Amino acid sequence: MTTFPEFIQQNEDRDGVRFSWNVWPSSRLEATRMVVPVASLFTPLKERPDLPPIQYEPVLCSRATCRAVLNPLCQVDYRAKLWACNFCYQRNQFPPTYAGISEVNQPAELLPQFSTIEYVVQRGPQMPLNFLYVVDTCMEDEDLQALKESLQMSLSLLPPTALVGLITFGRMIQVHELGCEGISKSYVFRGTKDLNAKQLQEMLGLTKPAAAQAGRGPQQPQAPPSNRFLQPVQKIDMNLTDLLGELQRDPWPVTQGKRPLRSLGVALSIAVGLLECTFPNTGARIMTFIGGPATQGPGMVVGDELKTPIRSWHDIEKDNAKFMKKATKHYEALANRAAANGHIIDIYACALDQTGLAEMKCCTNYTGGYMVMADSFNTSLFKQTFQRVFTKDVQGSFKMAFAGTLEIKTSREIKISGAIGPCTSLNAKGPCVSENVNFGFITFLECLFFSFYLFLQHNAPIPQGGRGAIQYVTQYQHSSGQRRIRVTTIARNWADAQTQIQNIAASFDQEAAAILMARLAVYRAESEEGPDVLRWLDRQLIRLFMFHLRRSPFLQVFNNSPDESSYYRHHFMRQDLTQSLIMIQPILYAYSFSGPPEPVLLDSSSILPDRILLMDTFFQILIYHGETVSQWRKAGYQDMPEYENFRHLLQAPVDDAQEILHSRFPMPRYIDTEHGGSQARFLLSKVNPSQTHNNMYAWGQESGAPILTDDVSLQVFMDHLKKLAVSSAA
Amino acid sequence: MNVNQQPHMASPYGQPQPGYQGYPQSGYGGQQVPGGYPAQFAPYNGPASAYQPGPPQGVRGPPTSGAPPVSAAQAYSQFGQGEVQNGPPAMGPPPQRSPVSQPYSQGAMNLTGPQPQYNQQFGAPPTSMQQMTTQMAGMQVGSTVPSPAGPGYAPPTISQAPVSAAYTPSDPSSYAPTPTVPSQPPPAERVPQSTPSQPYYGAPAQQPFPTAAPPFSAPGPAQAPAPPLASQQSFPQGPPPSQPPFSSAPPQAPPTASYGGPLPPVQAPHPRAPPPTSQPSAFPGGPPPTSTPSQYPGPPMPQQSPVSQPSPFHSGPPPLPTTAGGFPPQGGAPPRPLHPGMQGPPLASQGPLMSQANHVAPPQPGMLPGQPTAGMAGPPPPQQPGMQGYPPQQNGAFGQVRGPQPGYAGQYPGQQNYGAAPPAQAPAPSAPKRLDPDSIPSPIQVIEDDKANKGSEPFVTGVRGQAPPLVTTNFQVKDQGNASPRFIRCTSYNMPCTSDMAKQSQVPLAAVIKPLATLPPDEIPPYIVDHGEGGPIRCNRCKAYMCPYMQFIEGGRRFQCGFCSCVTEVPPHYFQHLDHTGKRVDCCDRPELSMGSYEFMATVDYCKNNKIPQPPAFIFLIDVSYNAVKNGMVRMVCQELKTLLDYLPRENPDVQSNIRVGFVTYNKVLHFYNVKASLAQPQMMVVSDVADMFVPLLDGFLVNVSESRVVIESLLDQIPDMFADTRETETVFGPVIQAGLEALKAADCAGKLFVFHSSLPIAEAPGKLKNREDKKLVGTDKEKSLFQPQISFYANLAKECVTQGCCVDLFLFPNQYVDVATLGVVPTSTGGSVYKYTYFQAQSDQERFLNDLRKDVQKPMGFDAVMRVRTSTGIRATDFFGSFYMSNTTDVELAGLDCDKTVTVEFRHDDKLSEETGALMQCAVLYTSCTGQRRLRIHNMAVNCCAQLADLYRNCETDTIINYFAKYAYRSILNNPTKNVRDSLVNQCAQILACYRKNCASPSSAGQLILPECMKLLPVYLNCVLKSDVLHPGADVSLDDRAYLRQLVSAMDVTESHVFFYPRLLPVHKLDVESDALPVAIRDSEERLSKGGVYLLETGLNLFLWVGANAQQELLQNIFGTPAFSQIDPSMTSLPVLENPYSKRLREIIESFRMQRSRYMKLMVVKQEDKLELIFKHFLVEDKNNSGGASYVDFLCHMHKEIRQLLS
Repeated sequence: MTTFPEFIQQNEDRDGVRFSWNVWPSSRLEATRMVVPVASLFTPLKERPDLPPIQYEPVLCSRATCRAVLNPLCQVDYRAKLWACNFCYQRNQFPPTYAGISEVNQPAELLPQFSTIEYVVQRGPQMPLNFLYVVDTCMEDEDLQALKESLQMSLSLLPPTALVGLITFGRMIQVHELGCEGISKSYVFRGTKDLNAKQLQEMLGLTKPAAAQAGRGPQQPQAPPSNRFLQPVQKIDMNLTDLLGELQRDPWPVTQGKRPLRSLGVALSIAVGLLECTFPNTGARIMTFIGGPATQGPGMVVGDELKTPIRSWHDIEKDNAKFMKKATKHYEALANRAAANGHIIDIYACALDQTGLAEMKCCTNYTGGYMVMADSFNTSLFKQTFQRVFTKDVQGSFKMAFAGTLEIKTSREIKISGAIGPCTSLNAKGPCVSENVNFGFITFLECLFFSFYLFLQHNAPIPQGGRGAIQYVTQYQHSSGQRRIRVTTIARNWADAQTQIQNIAASFDQEAAAILMARLAVYRAESEEGPDVLRWLDRQLIRLFMFHLRRSPFLQVFNNSPDESSYYRHHFMRQDLTQSLIMIQPILYAYSFSGPPEPVLLDSSSILPDRILLMDTFFQILIYHGETVSQWRKAGYQDMPEYENFRHLLQAPVDDAQEILHSRFPMPRYIDTEHGGSQARFLLSKVNPSQTHNNMYAWGQESGAPILTDDVSLQVFMDHLKKLAVSSAA
Repeated sequence: MNVNQQPHMASPYGQPQPGYQGYPQSGYGGQQVPGGYPAQFAPYNGPASAYQPGPPQGVRGPPTSGAPPVSAAQAYSQFGQGEVQNGPPAMGPPPQRSPVSQPYSQGAMNLTGPQPQYNQQFGAPPTSMQQMTTQMAGMQVGSTVPSPAGPGYAPPTISQAPVSAAYTPSDPSSYAPTPTVPSQPPPAERVPQSTPSQPYYGAPAQQPFPTAAPPFSAPGPAQAPAPPLASQQSFPQGPPPSQPPFSSAPPQAPPTASYGGPLPPVQAPHPRAPPPTSQPSAFPGGPPPTSTPSQYPGPPMPQQSPVSQPSPFHSGPPPLPTTAGGFPPQGGAPPRPLHPGMQGPPLASQGPLMSQANHVAPPQPGMLPGQPTAGMAGPPPPQQPGMQGYPPQQNGAFGQVRGPQPGYAGQYPGQQNYGAAPPAQAPAPSAPKRLDPDSIPSPIQVIEDDKANKGSEPFVTGVRGQAPPLVTTNFQVKDQGNASPRFIRCTSYNMPCTSDMAKQSQVPLAAVIKPLATLPPDEIPPYIVDHGEGGPIRCNRCKAYMCPYMQFIEGGRRFQCGFCSCVTEVPPHYFQHLDHTGKRVDCCDRPELSMGSYEFMATVDYCKNNKIPQPPAFIFLIDVSYNAVKNGMVRMVCQELKTLLDYLPRENPDVQSNIRVGFVTYNKVLHFYNVKASLAQPQMMVVSDVADMFVPLLDGFLVNVSESRVVIESLLDQIPDMFADTRETETVFGPVIQAGLEALKAADCAGKLFVFHSSLPIAEAPGKLKNREDKKLVGTDKEKSLFQPQISFYANLAKECVTQGCCVDLFLFPNQYVDVATLGVVPTSTGGSVYKYTYFQAQSDQERFLNDLRKDVQKPMGFDAVMRVRTSTGIRATDFFGSFYMSNTTDVELAGLDCDKTVTVEFRHDDKLSEETGALMQCAVLYTSCTGQRRLRIHNMAVNCCAQLADLYRNCETDTIINYFAKYAYRSILNNPTKNVRDSLVNQCAQILACYRKNCASPSSAGQLILPECMKLLPVYLNCVLKSDVLHPGADVSLDDRAYLRQLVSAMDVTESHVFFYPRLLPVHKLDVESDALPVAIRDSEERLSKGGVYLLETGLNLFLWVGANAQQELLQNIFGTPAFSQIDPSMTSLPVLENPYSKRLREIIESFRMQRSRYMKLMVVKQEDKLELIFKHFLVEDKNNSGGASYVDFLCHMHKEIRQLLS
């Protein structure tokens, strides 16, 4: 018997699932008393290079309301060629193709090691992937140039059969027709008027498929799914490259004191509408590149007067952000439409000021799109992040999937109470399933969080040794165009809280629970007032971890713009457990001559003059040179052959940082700073202010650097908590 | 009564006819044969002499009453003559005249044309006038004979007299004149002696007016011209003489300007009457009695014959017959005399002409010849005539004509024939009510006379109240303080002093203003004046601009406004001393002080939003729906634009145009094109959201042609291919204009949209239209709704366009109803034009369309214009007609104003005017030139004011009045049933003429139709307006066509409206290859076409080449390259290029016609008897048309009746 940590690790590796409790209390009452809910973190498409897809379709339970997939937990009667569904206990006949089944000749889905298994659906046409670029043209020429190059580059990364489309917008929105010879065509829409899909369809002339548009482009009859606006990369590669090359900055004059008119809201709406009417339920990415906030039409987040600044948290709290509600509503509607069709919306926002991510977050959050925030398109942060979107796995297919839906089947005792993550609900109702979830898109890395309410059907105790089972059925479109179904079935033991409390306690997964709680908190933070959430959190759990969580941008909006908050939360909600942990509690490594790199406490006391610190906050990679080290560096010792070791020392954190930079998505901001450098503030804001200007003398000066803050330090926090715990217990 | 009236009618007509006769005679005579000339002269003389004789003869007894008139007449005549003389300065006119007469003769020739011989003869004839005269002499003899016959008639007259006293009197008087006629013959004789003309003139001159006579005599040879002046008048008179009343009338009339309708009655008539009587005796004697009822016609015929007989005799006789016959007839039926008079002359003059055409009728000729020969003898003719006459009568007026024709045939043989002719005419009487078309005022005659009189000397504008030459005359203008008639034409150059007078006369007071008219190369365009930063100097109160009417006072320190009398300080920088006459010393150096037209540079204060305007832009919006692509329009436009863009308007031909261009194509959606120079290929931007139009791009839409040439050409190459297989049939229209408008707004400039559109815009969009063509509504009270736009959308859009200075030109290529009435709203409100090419086919319509397009794109124009007409105290501009928009009652806003656009302004009194100061008007047009300069063009016009109605009538311009009437009527049908509009036109016209008759004409028989000289064409032109497709549609005229024409006419200038309503018909078979001169036009009537001829008809919109079935092979060979009539391809749109002088010349003429008009005229070859002939005949406006439009003759009768009703 392996230990729980091992079991957990194994489970995660195999199925991408982690539960807060790995042994479940058998009654609802007990479950609620456990404070941390029974919940799972699930990575639906965990990368499994070792998992070969099976070239046939899953066998489903014949009960119309169940439709669970045959899995290793099912009881099989090989003689009668029957199997019993472990969720609804329905007995099912095997299909004729399973005639040769026997105890020695079992299909893969019955083997225990295939608790996660992937099927390839053979039916139906192979649908192409769609990539629709939605490009803002209201930006500086430099930025635009960089963006154009990135986009042109990206064409080479797309599978040749993928369909691409281009929508550009500024004051107007242009939907570019591709593959035109001699003249480039585009359909233009004004940015102040929203269009529904039907109107759009008419205006783009898509209602009569063959009539007007078929004539022009040398359309191949064998590729019916493409249309004038979305064409295979291989065909219009050159054309599109030229088109992108000719993109002009939005020509409408911007008078002094005004923001350029940017019709983002309608542009997105048109993008969604275009895909909606041409490729419903087919994998598609709407990749939106914006250089500033939407300033006109539906979805505008700020007016075009520069004198009115874009809304801040302060405004939001004061209910002073007059466009916010309307805009949010607009984007939410769009996000729902896109999600319903399995389309993904990505947002790449590069601007120094806010761009309205707070309003648009739902677009990415509901559809599973990326949200990337950077200062400029002309930064490596954007360029490399964007490049990484098209990363491929060993088989040469994208590390992304499209148009996914996740269905969860549970044993009768269990009900799903909800999900948090980049998904929307299908609003499906079932007797044993309370929710279905629909994704636009799922990355391999991402985690969903489900919380289950255990629900006893009858008051009868659950039989000892009985197991609660959960089956995740994820249907998605593979980047090769195939439709696939991945089924993960897991089971956990029931335990009586009264009698087997140790068991349950032992099965507690601290990390998972922490993240679960954090996400829950962030989720609440989205909808509730900040202090309330903190109070709720304080009531729920007390941990070192929570100290940092409380200070993190996920909950604290101080010093963050609404956009930044949205951005951080977005990523926090979808990264896997490890990454999430980093986000909450940044990792700090120390490099010195005294020994190999070592992780050190995220504390101001760790900041020493002769150390180089490497901090990874997920969003930032920061290298901090201590006072002495930086002096050395300034003196140029690293260039002297006799001080080669110093050069190595300097190089070591950089190498490590590069490693992280290369693997992480989105690419973190890389900061190289030193003692007293302005950028050092990033470090100082993260560390535990154990030494401040208030107490620096009490702790001795020889170690660490004082932080000039009024924030409470961990010690104070802990003291306070202890007091609180005692008093609340009383 | 009717009968009586009819006769009366006839008589009036007859009177005019005499005049005509005179004309025709002269003309014809000259034309037809040498002999003819004499004849002509004779008529001339006749008239002249008639006048004099008339009075002298004392027939005056009756005349006595006339006598006063005579004096008056004289006075008139003097005036008339004086004017004439002034105008012509006899000198000028005389020479012209002769030519005129010749042309006429030629015309006659044409008519005779059919008879090749004649033609040939003609060639000779002109050369030898003398011969003619000699012949004349011979004729005269004959004539003398007739005269005796006359007496014979006289008796009958008496008999008639009893019948209707009134008539008789008048007639008698007229008859009296006839006697004079006989006297005329003598002149004719004289003629032979000296130049025929001389004698005649001399005779006439002496006889008519001593004073006048001398001049004439003096001019003698040259006099010929003089006579012309007088001639028109005198001619009329001449004829009138023949018919006493008429002749007399003419003489007087001339002076008055009117045919002398008045005059004739008075003086000449009587004297002449005698002769007629004599004649009548002969003819009437026979015929009249025989056909009393029909006699009317009968008499006319005789008259005609006489007329036709240029020879005095004839003239004599005719009058006589008329009178005599008339009288007798009157006795029997008063009409006779009238008719005779009418017909007689017409026949005579026309007769020959007509005859030629008609002549074809062999029987009559035969008869005639016979008669003629014997003809000399009055009696025989009568009988025969009577016989013959009847048949002709049956034919109707034409029949009569035919009668004469034979006569002509005879005529040639000998003048005697004329004599015979009369008999033939006798038959003519058959159509009792019908007037001889030749006897009624002839537009051609008037036009030719004006050419002769006024065409040779520059028209100097300095004299206030002087009417300019007719629009048909080529003349040079010297601007000496008033605007050139090319810029402004007034209906009257003498305004009545009081509104009562104006009301009484009903003569519209209007000015037709064409502010940016192009001037011929030999005239200097308006100078540009820059008054510096302060802007133009203006009156403080009324804001009139500095002009020659400003009176400088106080040594030049102030000036008094000529319009409002306000005194304004002269700005220091503009100060100048005055000379001893009170004029500024620098008067002659400053155009604004010495010229009628000039331009000011406007300052920033005159600009929209106080910003110097951007250079304007042209936007081409091309329909690319199925129809437009299929009929080839799209390809054609694109192809043409490639070259056309090099010819955008510019002020300096060496510099590239500042005008930027943009392109849009559309069907149900709009496609904008980015043609920025930096692009490798054009970009197309589709805007499907037509409900809420916007411009998708800014930079790159409007570009400079030279910079973006490559991209533009690439675009224009691709457009036709791109839409080659489109299946989109629906179009939008409102959004198209909105798009252009928005583009101009975005670029912050004025400009012009060229919209090429094919079909009714039924696609879902603002401005969507329904097909509402409902022919059942035509003729009902709801008809007006068809001319109104079906929705108000376009009116609002037009308003916006005007605000932005967005002018819209619309080219339509419809296959069916497109609702021009609605689509045209924006163009007509923005100073744009509508061009319509129904059933457009690339092959046959290409030339026309492309030429229109070229002209339209290249023509000089101003943008974002505002026009204001200021007037001196007492009158006020109250109404405006044209293509423009008015947001208040004074400012005419024109988004675009090109060189062809004309605004007709109506004035009304709001106070008394004074004769000393006259009336002033100043038309100021503020506009942006094609270079983007803001300018003010000023036209000043001063006219006289008169306290006498006679002055008003003497200084009218009928063409301009017609222009006004047409525009007025065409606008009225928007709000009134068409019938009411027509009636009110007729009414007003009748009132005008009745007022003249009542107040200005010398007393005469109520039965006489007396027309003011300046307005004698009013009836014929008015009839043309009434018959126009808009006011009187035929069954095959579509609503679109009517709406189209309606809009078209509303912006026409006088030149265009003239030819539009009275097409020019040239007998090109008479073309003289050697000379530059055009053959004299003939009147628009089928009877004047000869089977052997080829005619060119021009309406300003269409060009027809009518080929007679018997045209000479040689002629056909020369024109078409084939000798066979049957091998002529009626579908050809241009004549084959043949290397013979005739073909060359003909093509040159056609080309020159096209050059003259603002729109290209497509040539249609019409073969006689071909089905296309129906269309052609539609433009023969003197004839009855299929849809029930009255013939000239009928209408004149009707008009006369109206007038008589008003008078009684």
